[in-house]
Amino acid sequence: MLYKSLHSLGNYLLLMRRTFTRPQRGRIFWQQFVREFYQLGFNSLFIVILMSFFIGALLCVQIKINIWSPWMPRFTIGYAMREVILLEFASSIICIILAGKVGSNIASEIGTMRVTQQIDALDVMGVNSANYILLPKIVAMVSAIPLLVTFSIAAGFVGAYVVCWAGGFLSMSDLTYGLQYSYDNWHLWSGYVKALVFAFIIASVSGYFGYTVQGGSIEVGRAGTNAVVVSSVLILFTDLLLTNLLMT
Amino acid sequence: MITITDIHKHFDRQEVLHGIGASFDAGKTNLIIGRSGSGKTVLLRCIVGLLTPDQGEVLYDGRDIHHLAGDEATRLRQEMGMLFQGAALFDSMDVLHNVLFPLEMFSSKTYREQLQRARFCLERVGLTGAEGKMPSELSGGMQKRAAIARAIALEPRYLFCDEPNSGLDPISSRIIDGLISDITHEYGITTIVNTHDMGSVRGIGEQVLFIHEGRAEWTGTGDTIEQTESPHLREFLDHV
Ligand SMILES: Nc1ncnc2c1ncn2[C@@H]1O[C@H](COP(=O)(O)OP(=O)(O)O)[C@@H](O)[C@H]1O
Ligand SMILES: [Mg+2]
Repeated sequence: MLYKSLHSLGNYLLLMRRTFTRPQRGRIFWQQFVREFYQLGFNSLFIVILMSFFIGALLCVQIKINIWSPWMPRFTIGYAMREVILLEFASSIICIILAGKVGSNIASEIGTMRVTQQIDALDVMGVNSANYILLPKIVAMVSAIPLLVTFSIAAGFVGAYVVCWAGGFLSMSDLTYGLQYSYDNWHLWSGYVKALVFAFIIASVSGYFGYTVQGGSIEVGRAGTNAVVVSSVLILFTDLLLTNLLMT
Repeated sequence: MITITDIHKHFDRQEVLHGIGASFDAGKTNLIIGRSGSGKTVLLRCIVGLLTPDQGEVLYDGRDIHHLAGDEATRLRQEMGMLFQGAALFDSMDVLHNVLFPLEMFSSKTYREQLQRARFCLERVGLTGAEGKMPSELSGGMQKRAAIARAIALEPRYLFCDEPNSGLDPISSRIIDGLISDITHEYGITTIVNTHDMGSVRGIGEQVLFIHEGRAEWTGTGDTIEQTESPHLREFLDHV
């Protein structure tokens, strides 16, 4: 088990070394990049906004009903909700959701290319297949994530406003006051920093699982599942490390 | 000309190739035949460099593919074209862009000239009308022909085909064989074809290497194969 993990880690690092080289044709790289940015980033926007909107709303409701007591100032609801969104939800949780959506997509697409010998065809031609396939995906994912995090934060706040307005249990001005209360810019930026690292994990780890598939469609399916599980666990583990590093 | 000497290859505990040597001439269709599981695909993958043999060398007109510096290897690879068993077309691109891909990646031609070359290759394999189709919309035979067009786009000196007829009806098989043979002679390419199809052996087998359980058992020309005295080849011929 330990031996197998170390072996995989070694192979992963070797694959990354082949991936991070200069693209053989810059123009082809940018074409691929634009396509992947659209497919991995833009196509994830809707699910990110939807989830964030509801989580923003639910956080307000839960805090109000289950945590808040009459002796607390009312704005704490907005304050607590903001901290949860900025510190964990918009970065870690959104990235775990994306690991499910984007990670399985990347792993099964690349895995299918492997078992249908498309990767062999690239290698025989003299194309650096790791660089050609993985680099645009990794770069696209890392550049799309700040956008997704921004939309997640915004949608979370909109969700909070909508539920407070519609549910009527907190006035707009109390919520606004809470959202601005004791605001620390660093909490926002650390979320972005974490998300960049997580995006790299999602794209590269899922790429690794797809690229190294051996066999047929069953193994491609398994690679998709493994990609999601392993990148989610790695995200949580790195989250723990980074949070200790960035917050102390 | 491609020369291989004493190729050994094993996976885990199983030795698949037990020291195969042969030479494959330019301007000829060189066939590797044998039963399923005899090691044809593994041998071809060792020859093209997708697998590294445990022992032995593979020389392309004197250049050892497994010991070339990075950029020399890339240059040699541009002289190679390969037709995979499942065609291996890029399924995110239409037929024309599949054929254009190696040109866009490596050729110094202008885009217009690349387009011209790609169209010429497609015409050569009889796929002029299918330019805009996606690979999944093509029949098996058409996929193989598109893959041949992609393999010859960069005017290769070496062409490799792994079971070009697998999954095709006899008529499509003869068309693919004919294309491979014509292209080989027209451009003086060193062509190696893996097959277990006796139709191909009789039709285009200028030089034949028979392998049995990872050993080279017999070499000769397609027309002398019936007079063989090798018992394993005899058995193979009697059953197909
Ligand atoms: N990647 C691999 N790992 C383990 N065994 C393999 C691998 N590839 C091929 N083999 C084994 O090598 C033998 C020869 O296979 P192959 O070259 O595909 O035969 P064929 O002549 O039908 O093309 C088979 O027994 C097969 O199981
Ligand atoms: Mg085979």
